[in-house]
Amino acid sequence: MSLTTADVKRMAHLARIEVSDDDAEATLKKLSGILKLIEQMQSVDTTGIQPMSHSQDLVQRLREDVVTETNQRESFQAIAPAVEDGLYLVPKVIE
Amino acid sequence: MINSSLKQLGTLLAEKKISSVELTQQFLDRIDQHNPEINAYIALDKEITLAQAKAADQRIAQGSATALTGIPIAQKDIFVAKGWQTTCGSKMLENFIGPYDAHVIKQFDTAGAVNLGKTNMDEFAMGSSNETSYFGKVQNPWDRSRVPGGSSGGSAAAVAARLCAAATGTDTGGSIRQPASLCGLSGLKPTYGLVSRYGMIAFASSLDQAGPMAKSCEDMALMMNVMTGFDERDSTSLQREKEDYTRDLNKPLAGLRVGLPKEYFAEGLGADVAKVIEEAIAEYRKLGAEIVDISLPNTQLSIPVYYVLAPAEASSNLSRFDGVRYGHRAAQYDDLMDMYCKSRAEGFGAEVKRRILIGTYVLSAGYYDAYYLKAQQIRRLIAQDFEEAFKHCDIILGPTAPSTAFKAGEKADDPVSMYLQDIYTIAVNLAGLPGMSIPAGFTQTVDGKSLPVGLQIIGNYFDEARMLNAGHAYQQVTDWHSRMPEGIA
Amino acid sequence: MEWEVVIGLETHTQLQTKSKIFSGSSIAFGAAPNTQASAVDIALPGVLPVLNKEAVQCAIKFGLAVDAEISPRSVFARKNYFYPDLPKGYQISQYELPVVGKGSLTIHVGASAGNENGYEKTINITRAHLEEDAGKSVHGASEGMSGIDLNRAGTPLLEIVTEPDMRSAAEAVAYAKKLHELVQWIGICDGNMQEGSFRCDVNVSVRKKGAEKLGTRREIKNLNSFRFMQQAIEYETRWQIETLEDGGTIQQATVLFNPDTGETKAMRSKEEANDYRYFPDPDLLPLQITASDIEAIKAVMPELPADMKARFEGEYSLSAYDAAALTASRGIADYFIATTAAFGGDAKIAANWVMGAVAAKLNEEGKDISASPVSPTALASLLKRIADNTISNKIAREVFEAMWAGEGDADHIIDKKGLKQVTDSGAIESIIDEVLAANAAMVEEFKAGKEKAFNALVGQAMKASKGKANPAQVNELLKKKLAS
Repeated sequence: MSLTTADVKRMAHLARIEVSDDDAEATLKKLSGILKLIEQMQSVDTTGIQPMSHSQDLVQRLREDVVTETNQRESFQAIAPAVEDGLYLVPKVIE
Repeated sequence: MINSSLKQLGTLLAEKKISSVELTQQFLDRIDQHNPEINAYIALDKEITLAQAKAADQRIAQGSATALTGIPIAQKDIFVAKGWQTTCGSKMLENFIGPYDAHVIKQFDTAGAVNLGKTNMDEFAMGSSNETSYFGKVQNPWDRSRVPGGSSGGSAAAVAARLCAAATGTDTGGSIRQPASLCGLSGLKPTYGLVSRYGMIAFASSLDQAGPMAKSCEDMALMMNVMTGFDERDSTSLQREKEDYTRDLNKPLAGLRVGLPKEYFAEGLGADVAKVIEEAIAEYRKLGAEIVDISLPNTQLSIPVYYVLAPAEASSNLSRFDGVRYGHRAAQYDDLMDMYCKSRAEGFGAEVKRRILIGTYVLSAGYYDAYYLKAQQIRRLIAQDFEEAFKHCDIILGPTAPSTAFKAGEKADDPVSMYLQDIYTIAVNLAGLPGMSIPAGFTQTVDGKSLPVGLQIIGNYFDEARMLNAGHAYQQVTDWHSRMPEGIA
Repeated sequence: MEWEVVIGLETHTQLQTKSKIFSGSSIAFGAAPNTQASAVDIALPGVLPVLNKEAVQCAIKFGLAVDAEISPRSVFARKNYFYPDLPKGYQISQYELPVVGKGSLTIHVGASAGNENGYEKTINITRAHLEEDAGKSVHGASEGMSGIDLNRAGTPLLEIVTEPDMRSAAEAVAYAKKLHELVQWIGICDGNMQEGSFRCDVNVSVRKKGAEKLGTRREIKNLNSFRFMQQAIEYETRWQIETLEDGGTIQQATVLFNPDTGETKAMRSKEEANDYRYFPDPDLLPLQITASDIEAIKAVMPELPADMKARFEGEYSLSAYDAAALTASRGIADYFIATTAAFGGDAKIAANWVMGAVAAKLNEEGKDISASPVSPTALASLLKRIADNTISNKIAREVFEAMWAGEGDADHIIDKKGLKQVTDSGAIESIIDEVLAANAAMVEEFKAGKEKAFNALVGQAMKASKGKANPAQVNELLKKKLAS
């Protein structure tokens, strides 16, 4: 599977990273090299092998339903780029 | 003093031969002297540091000291620390002041250790040379023109240049072991789940694990006692009884079955490195170990598998950096979409962006099965390789990295050759096993520099005490670990 | 040409836990912005999710309530997309392996043209899965800006998905109402639609009657009232049919319903490629539910409406209609059960009162049964007075009105107003004598064979007693007198 500039741009858009046309070209070269490396996997027959998401076969621990958090808005919003009346401000969300 | 073990420092402090404030000041002075060049630290706050040292002295005076009370430790800048600038090596978090303490930070704090500062690292832990840091590259103290390895390059350089008593690192594909190897120190990546990931900025969640980077296995055992333990805030944190990792340090090695995977000694391994590793193995033979030939047939596949799984997880983990609640926000933008795209394009460096794009690609519609699912299946094959190998041996020995430290800039433009640095370390993360690197000797460069070589010790799940025992025994009969680079004394 | 509409629902129910699904923040509604948004909820770097036990138990309860498969192993996945109200840039949800599998819910669709008695239909539930809610965008902050409040982010949701089994707006609304009632019945959701606790997305497509292939669907998002749901589906159906009849095609889209215009309109922002890149969340391990976990929930599950309905029909000999009405909501059922228990008499009488007088007053005043000023025990004490002939059914209505108005308990009102039934036959006889004397014409009619005149005379006697005479005694004595 070979990658195209259009693929790079589509990924960049999905990932919300601005890329110029020049960047896309340069990125394409590097990503193609990485994909070539990844392609080695295709030579392995993995039929019937259970995928491994975690290194140990454990199950999820459950938390008791208790409110443990207190209001920390002030401390959290001290590092926010833009806030007003306790709200995080962003350019208008269009629906 | 600067070359003393943690145990020796502990004794000096306990006997009041030196105060923590004095010890800390000594390291701070060394940092002032060497850091402008080495660039191992990216955040220092002498006020906080010395206040912690003072508190430690009080604790020592009160007689409630632990093994690490008063000892100055460097923290990789991947750990969020309250009141400290926490950047993860990225412009994205240049102005981020930690609003809470990571579990690891808290553990050291509780033990009374002193936080000397935050160490440089590859941006978001993505790199093997520390060259992707937004805050500049780090020099390898053994040869200033070479890289310290990565991603925990700042911690490695800080320990090697004796700018701290010990440091923390994190390891997703080799980020503790490879820099430990390149800088001539001891580094341990524990079994996945032993050290809580809470507050450790995520790169690839199913692989990330924090561990100690220190001068010796004995020092690492003391650090492990502090770093490990169940944390209810991390769903993958393991509920196990607390262990004392120093308990087996002095056990004899007679009868220890040491496996040598043939794939770790094949094409790709530098001849000079191979020679050092073979000498180390001979030393183990002398210590009474029994050498067994083993095979890890899927070793080659660990790199492609890793470069699917790690970027996939990273692409998602790094989505939270969107300029809305914290972190970099572009100064100029047209609308919401533009704000996202510009903030992230400006905030992330080239390697991070590449990995996000690769990760996005392998997860995208139509490719998931061919890449992500396939990689998870081969991941199981890789783990099964180790399962089979450990039927025949107790620990596995081999090189940590295929070569010694390379020149800065040498691989910077070729991601694939950089990725191959981790050929011997990645499989350990994929399997979730513990892996360690200890200094095993040196190679000589043409211009007469000595470059350290790391010996990797891989253990079965939860076998850290045995690995530390194996490393400690070797460090009792060799002195590679206590050698210091020139020009840092 | 005849068209058929095909409808499937996805319903987001906020679960009634105390804390969020992955953090220890409160989920209480209405707090000041971002004061219930912890480090985990605002997705600070380094934080991690831990699953709330109660949320899992709610999911098991729902699975049991719709007779569904409950997965012994389910997996949380990340759904990746950027939106300011989604702090991590992904939503933790369940994708390939949901906690609740196939189940079903039987609905009753009310009478309509061609269906005079209404009909029953079983709607298949595809799955139900646990996930986290997003925050909210608040508009009208600074000019050109939106404000983000993350208090809601991380509120536990159970998303319940049906097969495309519904064929009219009426069926969709009947299903939504039934589901709304059920989640409240089993205590997993407060059902508050104004506060967004129960939100429906409706998938609508049309096809020619008899066609097998489904048409292209459009999804109407976030309907938070049954009335709007009805209007939105009807409008959307008409729009799709008209578009197709005009030779157009339907594009798959997400649409919003505007209650002011009564129209649906495609959203701008979510139209673009929605490649969510789902993958298992590495921060969470697989969720395991054992048979004993399920048994433990079964033990504390309330009796389900369908079981209760069957029991009412059997145990109390109620009609299917009455039993259905009394199990229409947990509140009504609880009220009826409490009344019957305290009354101890014929359950049918209690049923009639609950569905009659009580329901009428509640309806008149727009109140929920939980707000009824007449408690089940108070109602029961009134019914006892009917049963022991202290008052007649008719007088009881008068007493009930007074009880509703807060004038006291039944005995007190009967006493105070002197409503006690007259059972003294001497007193009744003298009333009858007066009535017979005053209505000689009627007596004649009766004697001439007009049976109706008898009832008229009874009415006159009751009226003369101000309703207090025991009707059975009046009947008996009157018969005797007329026969003599």
